[in-house]
Amino acid sequence: MTVMVFVEHADDELSQQALTFAQGIRPGLGDELHAVLVGAPAAPSLAAYGVSVAHLVEGLDAYAPAAWAQAIVELAGRTAPAAVVGPGSDRGNEVLAHVAAKTDQPMAANCVSVTSGDPASVLRVRWGGSLLEEARLRGSPMLLTVAPHAVTAAALAEPAELVTESFTPSVSDLDLRACVSERAGAVTAGVSLADADVVVSGGRGVGSAEGFAVIEELAELLGGAVGCSRAVTSAGWRPHTDQVGQTGTKISPEIYIACGISGATQHMAGCKGAKRLLAINPDGEASIFANADYAVIGDLHEVVPAISAEIRKARST
Amino acid sequence: MNVLVCVKRVPLTGGKIVLTEDERAISTRHLGFTISPHEECGAEEAVRLVEAGGGTSTVLTLGPPEAEEQLRDMMAIGVDRAVHLVTDGGEWDPQATAAAIVAAIRAEPERYDLILFGNESADAGNYQVAIRVAHALGLPCVTGVKGLSVAGGTVRCEQETADGSDVFVVALPAVVTVKEGLNLPRYPSVPGRLRAKRKPLTASTPARPDPRLEMVRLVLPPGMGKQAEVLGRGPEAAPAVVGVLRGLGLV
Repeated sequence: MTVMVFVEHADDELSQQALTFAQGIRPGLGDELHAVLVGAPAAPSLAAYGVSVAHLVEGLDAYAPAAWAQAIVELAGRTAPAAVVGPGSDRGNEVLAHVAAKTDQPMAANCVSVTSGDPASVLRVRWGGSLLEEARLRGSPMLLTVAPHAVTAAALAEPAELVTESFTPSVSDLDLRACVSERAGAVTAGVSLADADVVVSGGRGVGSAEGFAVIEELAELLGGAVGCSRAVTSAGWRPHTDQVGQTGTKISPEIYIACGISGATQHMAGCKGAKRLLAINPDGEASIFANADYAVIGDLHEVVPAISAEIRKARST
Repeated sequence: MNVLVCVKRVPLTGGKIVLTEDERAISTRHLGFTISPHEECGAEEAVRLVEAGGGTSTVLTLGPPEAEEQLRDMMAIGVDRAVHLVTDGGEWDPQATAAAIVAAIRAEPERYDLILFGNESADAGNYQVAIRVAHALGLPCVTGVKGLSVAGGTVRCEQETADGSDVFVVALPAVVTVKEGLNLPRYPSVPGRLRAKRKPLTASTPARPDPRLEMVRLVLPPGMGKQAEVLGRGPEAAPAVVGVLRGLGLV
């Protein structure tokens, strides 16, 4: 038996996490780890993650989720894997869901761990990570994606011997109806929220669009990005691209400074990747303090300008 | 054009999640209910498309009797009618959910040109119901859409990526899952709420098949409830904050 992993790219971090996850379930299930790559090259790093066979799917370079899934379905038909695993990325979840729909098998998205058996037992994330779920998965093969950062990508001490095989699936026109026809670049200005080392966010407590001037000032002093909570985008004070949360941007800065944000689970799901959280809130009972490393109890309109002034003072001496 | 939007009633979680005694649900004794922000944008988009191009908008949910509240909320912002697949409140897995939605769509007298979903539900986050529905109905499916326009029998969809967006142009009818940010949903007006009470709602009670992804219990993740170090109160805390920032090499 094999375990088959959909790999977006050999160097993709979430795909490497999926391979590491698959390594963990393999001893209980199968002998070989197979990778499926569509329009991406094989690389020695695959062997380092234990892949012995890399299936390189040809003829499908533009992203077409149903067609990519068809390739996996056909390859799975040949090798009868015990499990098909994907990264918990947009594409990983989408392609695996198409595999599940085509084969009428259940699929567990964003798994943290799995114990094989009949039924298999999975632990998976809900509510953007605010809650976990223990579930039974009754499918063959097991179809699952790996929650981002649930495992740390770890190369093996002894790399596998890697064989690459090219594969051309028999894709129908129906599978190619939804296919990427063009790519548009993002309009980026300043530091990207997702990649910023420092994020300064404002919530309902900021009070108005104009109130964000103090947040912007502190973010600029720290070379960071401005974020906000969902209450702020719903009020139209900031664009949705600034929103940190379960349905906004997921951030992972060195420090997250949350100003006037109560700490609803919707928001915390977006900032749990932050290494440190400094919360500024006038309500000492605000739930954000239960997730914070540092707390300042006070009105952000007084505290934030005072911090900016203190930074300027420190830098001028 | 006729647009269907599918939504799911979920608890409006505050800052802290408390589970029921059997650990199979969130305790909602003190909570209100809502739908996913993605789905709110889907409903708003359905209303806008019908306002601009005619036709009807329909909202569908699979959920307990109380989920009528969410259907009325969406009709209050302008959706024309509702379909309620009534459950006993128990958990339906993604395959069962998709099958019930497919059966309901097939039973409808009108054909939908566009079927909208949220990219994933707020609670279960299974990322698959829309794709299963599209597959069963033989329709193309685009997910994670933050920009959508309809012209000449096709829908142009912008799918968000890390460095921009991928554009898909698919012929209608189609299934599209949307993300928050697609639009800024309107709030219901008082007249809108009054009109919503009289809008048509079709209810049926599908049978739940045995789950193949079966929730056993919910678990609160570890690492919650940190003890924050209080740096101070009011502006006097600024030097202590700068001390922390200095420790990180930022000052």
